[in-house]
Amino acid sequence: MLDPTPSSQHTPLLQTIGLTKRYGTFLANDSIDIDIWPRQIHALLGENGAGKSTLVKTIYGLVQPSDGEMRWQGEKMVLSGPSEARSRGIGMVFQHFSLFDNLTVAENVALGLDGKESFKDMSARLEEVSNVYGLPLDPKREVWQLSVGERQRIEIVRALMQNPKFLILDEPTAVLTPQEADQLFVVLERLKAEGRAVLYISHKLEEVKRLCDTATILRGGKKISTCNPQQETAASLARMMVGADIKEVKAAAGRKITVPRLVVNDLCLEPDDPHGVRLQHISLELMGGEILGIAGVAGNGQDELFAALSGERLAQDPGTVIFDGHAAGHLTITERRRLGAAFVPEERLGHGTAPRMKLSENALLTGHAASGMVQHGFVNTAATLSTVDRATETFDVRKAKRDPEAASLSGGNLQKFIVGREILRNPAVLVVSQPTWGVDAGAAAVIRQALLDLAASGAAVLVTSQDLDELAEITDRIAVMFHGHLSEPLPTADANREKLGLLMGGSSLTQKETAHAVGA
Amino acid sequence: MQLVLEKRAERSTTIALVSPLIAIGLTIVTMSILFAILGKNPILALGVYFIDPLTDSYSLQEIAVKATPLVMIGIGLSLCYLANVWNIGAEGQFLIGAVAGSWLAVKTQGTGAGYWVMPAMLLLGAVAGALYALIPAICKVRFGASEILTSLMLVYVADLFLDYLVRGPWRDPAGFNFPTTAEFDPVATVPVLIEGGRLHLGAIIALLVVAAATVLLGKTIKGFEIRVVGAAPRAARFGGFNSDQLILLTFAMSGALAGLAGIIEVAGPVGHLQPGISPGYGFTAIIVAFLGRLNPIGILIAGLFLALTFIGGEQAQIAMKIPLDVTKVFQGILLFYVLACDSLILYRFRLIFPSPKVSSGTA
Repeated sequence: MLDPTPSSQHTPLLQTIGLTKRYGTFLANDSIDIDIWPRQIHALLGENGAGKSTLVKTIYGLVQPSDGEMRWQGEKMVLSGPSEARSRGIGMVFQHFSLFDNLTVAENVALGLDGKESFKDMSARLEEVSNVYGLPLDPKREVWQLSVGERQRIEIVRALMQNPKFLILDEPTAVLTPQEADQLFVVLERLKAEGRAVLYISHKLEEVKRLCDTATILRGGKKISTCNPQQETAASLARMMVGADIKEVKAAAGRKITVPRLVVNDLCLEPDDPHGVRLQHISLELMGGEILGIAGVAGNGQDELFAALSGERLAQDPGTVIFDGHAAGHLTITERRRLGAAFVPEERLGHGTAPRMKLSENALLTGHAASGMVQHGFVNTAATLSTVDRATETFDVRKAKRDPEAASLSGGNLQKFIVGREILRNPAVLVVSQPTWGVDAGAAAVIRQALLDLAASGAAVLVTSQDLDELAEITDRIAVMFHGHLSEPLPTADANREKLGLLMGGSSLTQKETAHAVGA
Repeated sequence: MQLVLEKRAERSTTIALVSPLIAIGLTIVTMSILFAILGKNPILALGVYFIDPLTDSYSLQEIAVKATPLVMIGIGLSLCYLANVWNIGAEGQFLIGAVAGSWLAVKTQGTGAGYWVMPAMLLLGAVAGALYALIPAICKVRFGASEILTSLMLVYVADLFLDYLVRGPWRDPAGFNFPTTAEFDPVATVPVLIEGGRLHLGAIIALLVVAAATVLLGKTIKGFEIRVVGAAPRAARFGGFNSDQLILLTFAMSGALAGLAGIIEVAGPVGHLQPGISPGYGFTAIIVAFLGRLNPIGILIAGLFLALTFIGGEQAQIAMKIPLDVTKVFQGILLFYVLACDSLILYRFRLIFPSPKVSSGTA
């Protein structure tokens, strides 16, 4: 499909030479050299904060490099912005979609193109491209009706319509079911066969080993190595990413499953906003000593369920949510905390913490309900600071000073603080959403271990996660959320990727034959 | 070359302290240009504005008298603004407080009532201010009406209501038809602190309010609640704080302080109820709150500074025939610069020199 340029055999399509990006004194990218060749699926590996996003934003013209240069087909390239990058043939699919919910697929695509073609021609081309690549889309549907996988398809098709020589994908499989991810890999293989190059950002190592022929690993803003992932093991890749061996997470032996500590009875809840998900007849029973996982593609009601369990949204009927035998559906979040419940939301900054407030104040945020932090309306500063110190010590929170602003911590350290803040209150029930989302591997291991230890001490733990590997690692049972329904939990030992993937796509396990029809 | 605003990693505490000073500096430069355009010598004019009032004891007392309502109202407004609630109607709450307290003064006039009158007037003023402020707060919580508009519009209601009272039912029969009540009885008057001076008990009350607000915001869970609801509303809800209750509470507190300031002004320096008891204290206090960085001690300093501009403005009118409205221009420019300089707390300026552009190569 592309005309191979004569020089393409000998010069890389894109080359960065000593590419450096400085933010103040912080080096986000430190002298990075990468060669991208045509017909290559090149993985960019690294932990959060390793500099992956900065590097691809520079290549896409969103960020101006502080030093070093880029060469495009052998010639020096200075980009004025993303539209120049696009006109040269560089496309990008972001992790966070930039789509307007109330516009149709075609309208969204039209907004993203710089083209001068008529809307009708564009729509026709949209259908053509989406059919050619096996990414079916109905141009007339409004985005809010679409699943996350379909929304990603819009972004990919929009990028492909510009006929790019080089496509950047930022963690594309993070929001997909395993089956959807497989479909995406077929598309990427096809792009490669057509002579295009793909830069694939991920931290899922198995995926990279399967798909990519080259991998560049970044750590702390520096390039650590460029290697062939097929000749590496997942462990050796992880070691290069983290710079150390990652501690194995171990479940405590002899964990006792005791009485039900969190019971949800036929919970139904209308959404707050018109595009939200309605919770439909959700029931679950969670025992002390047990970790129950909730899998599912984002946006299937997990946020709504968290709000209903935490009491940020109240249910009409008290009996729908029961903590330790106390009907709590009508209770506020503070009253639920007094019953021994603790909550860790998905969003660290702005939901779990007030970003511009100190850690001690953020300890007070959830601790004021049920601890010695408040006496006669006055805040006991010593108690809030001691919570910070204990969380710091127990969960290895790294920070520049004793009591910094929450926003100044890295994602992993802030998450360790948030989880620590709740666990130190010895909760009877912990409801945690995406415990290790965007967290480096070291911190993720600490957090998962903490959840296992908490369950071992007799608490009930409910974990919502999109990371199936994480759920497999720490849970006893896994249920799947789809369109506001919660499936029956499967024992984790029986829950293989295929079964979970089908449930995540909305089919029940008894009707596998129809799975693809429903999922599409 | 390009000038860009770049986000800082952490908010700068230095700039947070320095930014009001930068704002004052920029305001003075702008004012000098304005004075020059008016044909006045900027140096002389600035001297009359900012130096002369500090040189005699009468003016110093007068600054404290003017600062008293500014600080009290400013503290109340800062509680609202910290909670991200926008009470713009303190002027109306000030007037209603003055009216409510004056009612008792008018009713007890010449009845030989005891020393309970003045404290009761202060209480009435505070309660009335709080109730008046609750109108926009309830409209916001119940109907989602913008508190900025409703609180502002209620200023004019209060203004005209006061006007009606002093021209009608409460007019002093012996007042030659001037729109004013009779002079309040001594028991209905806020006492002066120094015999023969103008400084009155209200200044002490203002200092107590500053101290109370410092404790409230720094040491109590309620103060934390106010700050966290304003700074991160979703986190506040997660913390279990009810923002609707807080809207009502902060409006009521700021209304009470404005109402208290109103009755103190009437029962103190003015001595009777009449139109024009406020040169716009309720609006100037908005500037005081921001110039003081929504911090009680900062508001105390900012209140004294803005009071200085009132006194300086009067003196400049007498000495140099500079119109009194220039003071309002000054205050407006100051607020503008204060808000503009605040962006420097979270952002910094940086010059960017792009490398020379190369021809587009092969596309």
